[in-house]
Amino acid sequence: MPSAPAIRIAALTKRYGSLQALAGIDLDIAQGEFFGLLGPNGAGKTTLISALAGLVRADSGTLEVMGHNVVTDYRNARLKLGVVPQELVFDPFFTVREILRYQSGYYGIRGNDKWIEEVLSRLDLLPKANANMRTLSGGMKRRALVAQALVHRPPVIVLDEPTAGVDVELRQGLWQFIKELNAEGHTIVLTTHYLEEAEELCGRIAMMKTGRIVALDTTANLLSRFAAHSLEEMFMEVIRRD
Amino acid sequence: MTNPLPDSFSASSLIGFRTLLHKEILRFWKVRFQTVAAPVLNAVLFLLIFSHVLDRKIGEIPYTAFLVPGLIMMSLLQNAFANSSSSLIQSKISGNIIFILLPPISCRVFYASYVLAALFRGLFVAVGVWLVSLFFVDLPMAHPIWALAFALLGGALLATFGMIAGIWSDKFDQLAAFQNFLIMPLTMLSGVFYSIHSLPPLWQKISHANPFFFMIDGFRYGFFGQSDTSPWLGLSVVGFCFLALAALTLVMLSRGYKLRG
Repeated sequence: MPSAPAIRIAALTKRYGSLQALAGIDLDIAQGEFFGLLGPNGAGKTTLISALAGLVRADSGTLEVMGHNVVTDYRNARLKLGVVPQELVFDPFFTVREILRYQSGYYGIRGNDKWIEEVLSRLDLLPKANANMRTLSGGMKRRALVAQALVHRPPVIVLDEPTAGVDVELRQGLWQFIKELNAEGHTIVLTTHYLEEAEELCGRIAMMKTGRIVALDTTANLLSRFAAHSLEEMFMEVIRRD
Repeated sequence: MTNPLPDSFSASSLIGFRTLLHKEILRFWKVRFQTVAAPVLNAVLFLLIFSHVLDRKIGEIPYTAFLVPGLIMMSLLQNAFANSSSSLIQSKISGNIIFILLPPISCRVFYASYVLAALFRGLFVAVGVWLVSLFFVDLPMAHPIWALAFALLGGALLATFGMIAGIWSDKFDQLAAFQNFLIMPLTMLSGVFYSIHSLPPLWQKISHANPFFFMIDGFRYGFFGQSDTSPWLGLSVVGFCFLALAALTLVMLSRGYKLRG
């Protein structure tokens, strides 16, 4: 029996008042893929990720993570998913290590210190492990967000613009870590405005525009189909079209 | 990296509950001068000022002694409300509520953790006010079980109401409206500072529509064995209000009202 896709999205719609944020999304992402979700601001990428994570309730359609419906089987679906949010959100009352211990507990994990230390180490966060979150720089806060998404070792990891406002050194380190996770079998879904990153990392890409997927293929095929030399060229071409 | 998750959801839920409860308690404890010491000081100031100005008796009970249980309960209720409501609105506005919404935390675990943590804060403050008041007045304890029952049920009721206010409010001024236009007047008009028998008949009747009156009156019964109304009636009213608000909160949480878009 073939394994379930890491993510399955069928006929998904979401409307905010008069704005159709998602207008019938169909998308399967296989286990182990490094998948890029691209599009201009307001295309619906974050709404799609939020629906997948259960932060937003879709109007219609279905979403599954590793075969688990995110509404009817939300516990299993959420256990399989790690999300790095776009906004730099943090709890100002706690240290980095404390938030990682709490996050582990929310997922029902006790005694997770060994893994927490490893995540801290691989994200170069160990020197700041006992620092209060509000004292960290933007880049360090971003790393802490990534660490929080990984505490329960989810097989599917969604990164919503994880390198926004992050310096080159951290970006390189972060991508190295994410590539290693992908090589270990984790499915990675990435949204980013740094198109060269998506071109380098993603095996397959979906382009979204006004709540729809307007292009979906392997990165190589997309470049070839649009006769583009880079994703940026292709991106601009897609944006120009009606 | 292999998945280390526990075998059953019940074990997972228990760990989630203990973690969220611990986090919520530590959240107010880290700023205990603001969340515990300051309310105790406020209550003691009330005690000093009112007992100095009003040197008389309520029935056979000296006014200062009469005042203390009301102040203890008022502090408990206000702080239970403040804890759950402020925690939720701060998390919503700063966006870090996402860390509780992403994991598989059930509505019941969410609710129980926030209410218990708020109740703990209320009880911390209440015990603080009680201990300090012992320096000023000899307090009997006629029915400690009654006092405890009203403290726990009243605290849970206000903690639950705080959750509703925190979930419903989108801005700090909306939450402040709950506190200034609902909690504060209902508390002040509940008999903390007076016996409702001293009121005109119409206002006595109106007081019976105020659940805070039953909480204060029932709690005071635990100290003096005397009350304005039957403690059983008070417990029934407070219990009914608690169950109704708890059910409403669970519905709000299960529907993701103002939490999940």
